[in-house]
Amino acid sequence: MRVALFVTCLVDGMHPEVGKATVTLLERLGVQVDVPATQSCCGQMHVNTGYGRMALPLVRGHVDAFAGYDHVVVPSGSCAGAVRHQHEALARKAGDDRLARAAGQTAARTYELSEFLLDVLGVEDVGAHYPHRVTYHPTCHSLRVLRVGDRPLRLLRHVRGLDLVELPEAEACCGFGGTFALKNPDVCAAMLADTMGNVLATGAEVCAAGDSSCLMHLGGGLSRIRAGVRTVHLAEILASR
Amino acid sequence: MTSVFLGIPTASPHTGRLHGERSFPDAARDGVGDAQLRRNLGAATATIRAKRAGVVAEVPDWDELRVAGAALKDDVLADLERYLVQFEEQFTARGGTVHWARDADEANAVVTALVQATGAREVVKVKSMATQEIGLNEALAAAGISAFETDLAELIVQLGDDLPSHILVPAIHRNRSEVREIFLRAMPGADPALSDDPRALAEAARTHLRRTFLAAQVAVSGANFGVAETGTLAVVESEGNGRMCLTLPRVLITVMGIEKLVPTWQDLEVFLQLLPRSSTGERMNPYTSTWTGVTPGDGPQEVHVVLLDNGRTATLADPLGRSALRCIRCSACLNVCPVYERAGGHAYGSVYPGPIGAVLSPQLTGPGFNSTLPFASTLCGACYDVCPVAIDLPSMLVHLREKAVDADPAGHAAERLALRAVAWTMRSPWRWTRALRGVRAGRLLARRGRIRALPFPLSRWTATRDLPAPPEQSFRDWWAER
Repeated sequence: MRVALFVTCLVDGMHPEVGKATVTLLERLGVQVDVPATQSCCGQMHVNTGYGRMALPLVRGHVDAFAGYDHVVVPSGSCAGAVRHQHEALARKAGDDRLARAAGQTAARTYELSEFLLDVLGVEDVGAHYPHRVTYHPTCHSLRVLRVGDRPLRLLRHVRGLDLVELPEAEACCGFGGTFALKNPDVCAAMLADTMGNVLATGAEVCAAGDSSCLMHLGGGLSRIRAGVRTVHLAEILASR
Repeated sequence: MTSVFLGIPTASPHTGRLHGERSFPDAARDGVGDAQLRRNLGAATATIRAKRAGVVAEVPDWDELRVAGAALKDDVLADLERYLVQFEEQFTARGGTVHWARDADEANAVVTALVQATGAREVVKVKSMATQEIGLNEALAAAGISAFETDLAELIVQLGDDLPSHILVPAIHRNRSEVREIFLRAMPGADPALSDDPRALAEAARTHLRRTFLAAQVAVSGANFGVAETGTLAVVESEGNGRMCLTLPRVLITVMGIEKLVPTWQDLEVFLQLLPRSSTGERMNPYTSTWTGVTPGDGPQEVHVVLLDNGRTATLADPLGRSALRCIRCSACLNVCPVYERAGGHAYGSVYPGPIGAVLSPQLTGPGFNSTLPFASTLCGACYDVCPVAIDLPSMLVHLREKAVDADPAGHAAERLALRAVAWTMRSPWRWTRALRGVRAGRLLARRGRIRALPFPLSRWTATRDLPAPPEQSFRDWWAER
């Protein structure tokens, strides 16, 4: 089984600890992980800001980087969603049917981390130990683009020492939305404030999610108000012992 | 048609209400800053969300109904010309008169002329999005004709000299004490001792409206559905005021968007299940009125329909955008939209707010208007999940963002340049590896592991959030060393 890690541009540049945790976790579970050096970004930021054509070379690069692997694992629901739901359509729209076919094949082999653990490896208990009170935000694209359902929660429920508390209005968007955060700062800030209120209401020490982008937004807000709540990626919790 | 057809009609840009003067981010600031509005909207949408979820969950074949609704609408859109002609033939054969209007100005002119021909100076109205869209009340007023809204929420909006902010609940931004104040101020003969009890408010409106109904000679309505097979029109409502308007006056004029057709009478079965559960969260709406032409001695003796384009064929021309025309105006997407809930309906500048407004309004008006609306979403996807005709709103928003960017290259020059530079860097592993090393320089801006202020446009981030200090080493450099 040849497994590649698509680490995502944000994790690569800003949150390497999430990539390292994913590698640690997968290796512990007996998976030999490869990190293709030519990978960069899924292009979602370009597509969702209205520059789909600009993303086309990124799609091509992505397909090339991950050709020949049996599985591609992504520690991000949003980036996995872009690969699965945008790449083929972008290539098709640009009239590149060959790329569209290749992108479709890559998409079919791409898994968000919790999907890979449960659906490919068939593991619910990864042997982690994390003695903290944790609340989980099931990010929109994991929930409504990938439909990961309760997979992350099933993984968290098996973590020793972890006290999982339910987040009120868990399925409501935290307000990040990529360039939405810069284009609509007022609405974004209002959504952030409401989400932080829900996180604080749980009394959790840690707010976890499967997307570093949403966590950067939420964590930035919690840091600004000195809430004392940390944001931690699902991979980091599952990798800790 | 009244004249030779030249090109695809678009909406009358300055008639009616399909766009605002301000950009969405600017107008949304009013809503976000209005604590009372956010409380009113938050409470109202939470209630209706829960009701909808409950009644949808109890339908075992909801997903199949949804697919059927989408397929029926797609069939109509794919063969619209034939269905419209069939509808016209049937409507005419049963004693009705069909008028065609390319845009808001034509529709307003047709309705005004029809009312003038009766000699009436007043009309009663059934709640209608189409007539709000074309600004019919204002056009009638300019001709000296008073239009009385009879739907309770529309009445509140009209008496308050206000604008609707929701498709189903136009006065959702008002709470009951505000409604009481509006009634006391603007309703002729309102009892000064009126309380803000919802039943007392409804009773006051009822007394006020009853006088109007009995005197009215002409009614104006919209339509939820038009049945091509039989020439039947249908209105779905909760209060019964619509039924009064549709049966009491001598003349009935209906303004209906051309996309409102369904092929056959039997197809109503699908939509009469989808619509009430999605909109009011009821299993069935209290009143469903259908009428087919003129019945001698019973109901209106003169029946007209104005088939309105106003940008709809232009929308139909876009293969990716056209499914917005499936919309049955249930407003489920508004009630689940986190952006709508914070910004409020007025921020969208159009009678169609929320996610459906963000895809419909820009397409109806065409380029030059509503260019910020497709960006008024985090693409969270909650709208798509609840849409009873499965309009893929997130994908359509992305498609319309591309159109907005293409239509205004100058306005997006800086953004385009920045994104092009990012894409250029990411395209080459050599450049990307070095760029990620460059990010490390951001550590100089950090104090105790976080960055609290950045220059524009990133100041929009740091105004409310910290940014973590960049790491010492990128993941790829760590991997390469490992």
